Amino acid sequence: MIVAAMLTLAVGTYLIRLSGPLLRKRITFPPTAEKLLDTSAVVLLTALVAVTALTEGSGPADAARPVGVLVGGVLAWRKAPFMATVLAAAATTALLRLL
Amino acid sequence: MCLAVGVTSVSYGAISVASGLPFWFPVVMGTLVLAGSSEFLFVGIVGAGGSPIAAVLAGLLVNSRHLPYGLALPDVLGSGWRRLLGVHLMNDEAVVFALTRKDPARSYWTCGIGVLLCWPLGALLGAGLGSAVSDPNALGLDAMFPAVILALILPSLRDARARRPALLGAVIALVCVPVLPVGLPLLASLAALAVLPLFNRKVVERGQA
Repeated sequence: MIVAAMLTLAVGTYLIRLSGPLLRKRITFPPTAEKLLDTSAVVLLTALVAVTALTEGSGPADAARPVGVLVGGVLAWRKAPFMATVLAAAATTALLRLL
Repeated sequence: MCLAVGVTSVSYGAISVASGLPFWFPVVMGTLVLAGSSEFLFVGIVGAGGSPIAAVLAGLLVNSRHLPYGLALPDVLGSGWRRLLGVHLMNDEAVVFALTRKDPARSYWTCGIGVLLCWPLGALLGAGLGSAVSDPNALGLDAMFPAVILALILPSLRDARARRPALLGAVIALVCVPVLPVGLPLLASLAALAVLPLFNRKVVERGQA
């Protein structure tokens, strides 16, 4: 089932990629629609961050996880290197669980 | 650039294995889908026990941005089998390179093939590391996943026109978590886009004042 879902995503993504070059000569895409697609991706991914950082199943996650994510987020906002932000998030959460 | 892709893919591989998927899965998906954020979303939903259908829908929605990419892309794909492979290489970085560099075709292909190699190889490395760890939560790997996505989308969130609907969407998703099956709260976040025109009008009005 999961493999079938993955293959569906792969084929669907390929068709989305293919349709742009095929359609290019026939239609012009309004910039507002383009902007909407960009924004919808950001909305989905921000929701993913919120849900995976703050919840576990249908309840709240333990406090260590959101604190770690917050540390990573602050570092990323201050433009720290990508690897540093991600490792700091994991390390903070791991340390809080040790306490 | 490839280094950043490599680091992201290592965490993607480790996270996939930590959420219970077999070690080959992130590598195969990385090669066949070749679109990082949709794969993270897919693994996030499936790993949390969500429906694979919701995972596919969310992934396709995130990848819908490749449609305007393809429309904006200069003529770099060539023809025949080159075109078929070239289409698969279309990603955020390759399109930006093709649009901004002097030699669009060469930039596009170099970047695209670089990502095609780095992404699955990094995922394999990450899956290996992830399998070696007995309790991923003790190492804080569960915090790594949201931190990775957050770091990747922060540049977009600096723009208020994206930040407002994104924050509203996050609130909608969180409210839906106790009542909707896993995966669906993420799709519900898109309701924030319905009020997007209101936000934009306010921004414009303030800009004129």
